[in-house]
Amino acid sequence: MKTTGKKISGRKVFTYVFLTIAALISLFPFYFMFVSATNTNAEILSAAPKLFFGSHLAENFANLNKKMDLVRILTNSTIMTVSYTALAIVLHSMAGYALAKFEFKGKGLLFGLIMITMMIPAQVMYVPLFTLMNNIGWANTYQAVVLPGLAGAFGIFLMRQNMLAFPTSLIEAARIDGCGEIGIFLKVVLPSQKPAVGALGIYMFMSMWNNFMWPLIILSTKSMYNFPVALAMLDGVAWRKDYGVIMLATVCAVLPIMIIFLVFQKQFVAGVMGGAVKE
Amino acid sequence: MAGGKERRRNFVNKKTAPYIFLLPMIVLFGVFMVYPVIKSLALSFYDFEGGEYLFCGINNYVTMFRDPVFWKSLGNTFIYLAIQVPVMVILSLILGVLVEENFLKFRTCYRISVFLPSVTALVAYAMIFKLLFNTDFGLVNHFLRSVGWSGVDWLNSVWGARAVVIMGITWRWTGYNTIIMIAGLKGIPTELYESADMDGASFLQKFFRITIPMVKSIILFVSITSTIGTLQLFDESFVLTKGGPDNATITIGHYLYNTGFSYYKFGYAAALSYALVIIIGILSFVQFKATNGGDNS
Repeated sequence: MKTTGKKISGRKVFTYVFLTIAALISLFPFYFMFVSATNTNAEILSAAPKLFFGSHLAENFANLNKKMDLVRILTNSTIMTVSYTALAIVLHSMAGYALAKFEFKGKGLLFGLIMITMMIPAQVMYVPLFTLMNNIGWANTYQAVVLPGLAGAFGIFLMRQNMLAFPTSLIEAARIDGCGEIGIFLKVVLPSQKPAVGALGIYMFMSMWNNFMWPLIILSTKSMYNFPVALAMLDGVAWRKDYGVIMLATVCAVLPIMIIFLVFQKQFVAGVMGGAVKE
Repeated sequence: MAGGKERRRNFVNKKTAPYIFLLPMIVLFGVFMVYPVIKSLALSFYDFEGGEYLFCGINNYVTMFRDPVFWKSLGNTFIYLAIQVPVMVILSLILGVLVEENFLKFRTCYRISVFLPSVTALVAYAMIFKLLFNTDFGLVNHFLRSVGWSGVDWLNSVWGARAVVIMGITWRWTGYNTIIMIAGLKGIPTELYESADMDGASFLQKFFRITIPMVKSIILFVSITSTIGTLQLFDESFVLTKGGPDNATITIGHYLYNTGFSYYKFGYAAALSYALVIIIGILSFVQFKATNGGDNS
């Protein structure tokens, strides 16, 4: 799209102004969150709220620790997120591989059924799942949060799409060399799928780290909460809210995922695009 | 040892391998998808009273049709849909086009900034927005008052609370959809623009005649996923506005949560969830048909 002369400057100005405003609107709430986490409640609620960093981070941190067991919540969130991500990578890759590279009876039907589940809202499952988890004694456990979410089509679909392009001749050659089916999957196919696995992993990590409604339903004690649930409870319970403390708790929930995003941006973007580019 | 390996190799062969690879997911789908979906449908014909289920036919659905809160939650959801989805789709398309401009410097910075909201937990951003839009000491009202307007009672007035929810969702999801739009925009052959340039087409002509038709299927995808997402809204309603004032912002998902897990009316909650399934099905079908499946040819 090459353009020359006067026209270009107008378009350039518009582009930069539009994008800069969009970027500022996107970033300001984060800035405000970080700043408020270092200020006292009184400073945040004053007639002229402080918009720069204060010196009360340590104080807010001490108060936050009195209200919620940060280490415990961080441990909970990490255990649930890491196990969910690891299981999703293994199980969805396996299923995606089977659907991409094998011919077997019922394949079309199975793939169709899996894809249909994408249309089903998770909320339909919550009442029976809640009863089920209580009946088998899994209420208020990590596995109750982690396992149901794995029954999703996105990861399988993403891995299948990526593995379709893997040359079948390489798989055949490995078979002739006497490599077992599991060995082929682990040593031949999977190593070639690092970008897709990265995209899937990051996507799953993000969705479990931020998961709220189902954990809210199935987790019943403070010591089992993940960050979103703990955060919502912190907001609900406090009689006199201390916004400095609440914003610091929000920082704790947001900062880990933000850092991971900045480190693995490419995989993040690939994960989001993976769902859309299907043709 | 060698014998064991031999046996395993015989068991896992080319014929059985796909079934073995699929087995864990089939079990998970069976237990955590198929069973609850069917069970939920069955439960929607039962009444849960005093710890036991009593068959009540279509009573739950009849109740639903007469339930003002159900209609209110449905109405709210459609208000969000009608305003928020088009705004976000247009905004994300424009952002996608601008971020992909050839001349743009600091492209990565813009992309990261715009995308950053979509990695944050909904609860977390709802907490920030709650403080920003606080009536008495929120920054937004401070700003409005400083430029001479009176503040808005954001979270306690019907349209104020709705506006905050709509702004919140737009803030959280526009960047996400921009990335999807970019994926579509990158697929447009550059020759199309080059030949349009030779014909002296303006930027807007190219936007409407080439860009939009070429990314029609992506626009459809974004519209459908956003619609489905909006219909399932919960976190914003729960944290930001608690569904209030007077149920003005309650969503179907939030009402379902209250019904099922605050009042333990499991049968009625199941019926509400099936209403959601039907609405999602119909809307996706209509969107798909209205755009001919996003087919360009």
